[in-house]
Amino acid sequence: MEVIRLIGAIIALIGSLFLFLGALGVLRMPDLYNRMQAGTKSTTLGSILTLLGIGLYHTEWFWQMLVLIAFAVTTNPISSHSLARAAHWVGIPLTDKTVEDKLAEAEKQERESRREEVAP
Amino acid sequence: MADLLIHIASVIAMLGVIVASIRFVLGPTAADRTVALDTLTIISISLIVFIALFTNRVIYLDVALVYGILSFLGVVAVARYLEGGL
Amino acid sequence: MMLLVVLLGIAMIVAALVAVHLKNLAAAVVAAGLVSLFASVLYLLLAAPDVAMTEAAIGAGLSTVIFLYAVKKTRSREVEDD
Repeated sequence: MEVIRLIGAIIALIGSLFLFLGALGVLRMPDLYNRMQAGTKSTTLGSILTLLGIGLYHTEWFWQMLVLIAFAVTTNPISSHSLARAAHWVGIPLTDKTVEDKLAEAEKQERESRREEVAP
Repeated sequence: MADLLIHIASVIAMLGVIVASIRFVLGPTAADRTVALDTLTIISISLIVFIALFTNRVIYLDVALVYGILSFLGVVAVARYLEGGL
Repeated sequence: MMLLVVLLGIAMIVAALVAVHLKNLAAAVVAAGLVSLFASVLYLLLAAPDVAMTEAAIGAGLSTVIFLYAVKKTRSREVEDD
C-alpha cells in the first residue's frame, strides 16, 4: 500500500515536470506554432501523468481522476487544432527555419473557391 | 517521503503558471495570448486537483471537472473569431 | 496558504491591467478570461467551491463567447481620436 503511494507520488512529480517544461516552451519557442506544440502536447502528457499519479496516491479518487483524464485528452487537441488553423489562415508568420509549408497551397485553393462563391 | 514528493510536484506546477503568465504579458499577437491562456488552463486543472488533495475535500474536484469540460470553448471561440466566422 | 492568496490577487490585478491597456480587442477579451481563471482558483482557496464553479462556467466559457460576438458585430480595434 505504501509502495503504491510512493509510485503515485513519483509519477505526479514527473508529470508536473512535463507541465513546467511545457510552460517553459511557451515562453522560449520562436514562433506561434512551436509555442502551440510545446504548450498543448507537452502539457497534455503532463496533466495525464499528474492526475494518474494523484489517483494512485489517493486511491479513493482513482475513478474521478480517470474521468478528468478522459476530458483532458478529448478537449485539448480540439482547441489547439482549431487555433492553429485560424492562425495560419490570418497569416501569422512562421519562423525563418521552417523548411516546408504544405498548408499554404491548400489554403490558396480554398481562398479561390470562397471568392467564386462570393462573386456571383 | 511520498508526501514530500507531492508537495514538490505542486510547487513545480505553480512555477509553470508563473512562466506561462510571462508569455501572456509579452505575447505580441492575440493568438499568442490565447495559446498562453490554453496552457494556463491545463496547468490550473492540475493545480485545482492539488488543492483538493491538500485540503482533502472531494467537492473541489467538481470545479476541475467543469474546467475540463468548458476550457476549450473560449479558445475555439477566439479561433472562429480570427477566421472571420462566429 | 495566505501567501498564495496574495499572489493570486496580484496576478488578477496584473491581468486586469493587461486587459485595460491592450488595443486589440480580441486579446483584451482573452485577458478578461485570464482574470476569471485566477479568480476561480482564488475562490477555491477561500473555500467557496460553488462560487468557483459558477465563475469557471460563466467567466471562462460564456462571457468570452458573448464578448467576442459583440466585438465581431461592431469593430475590432479601439479608436484613439473621435
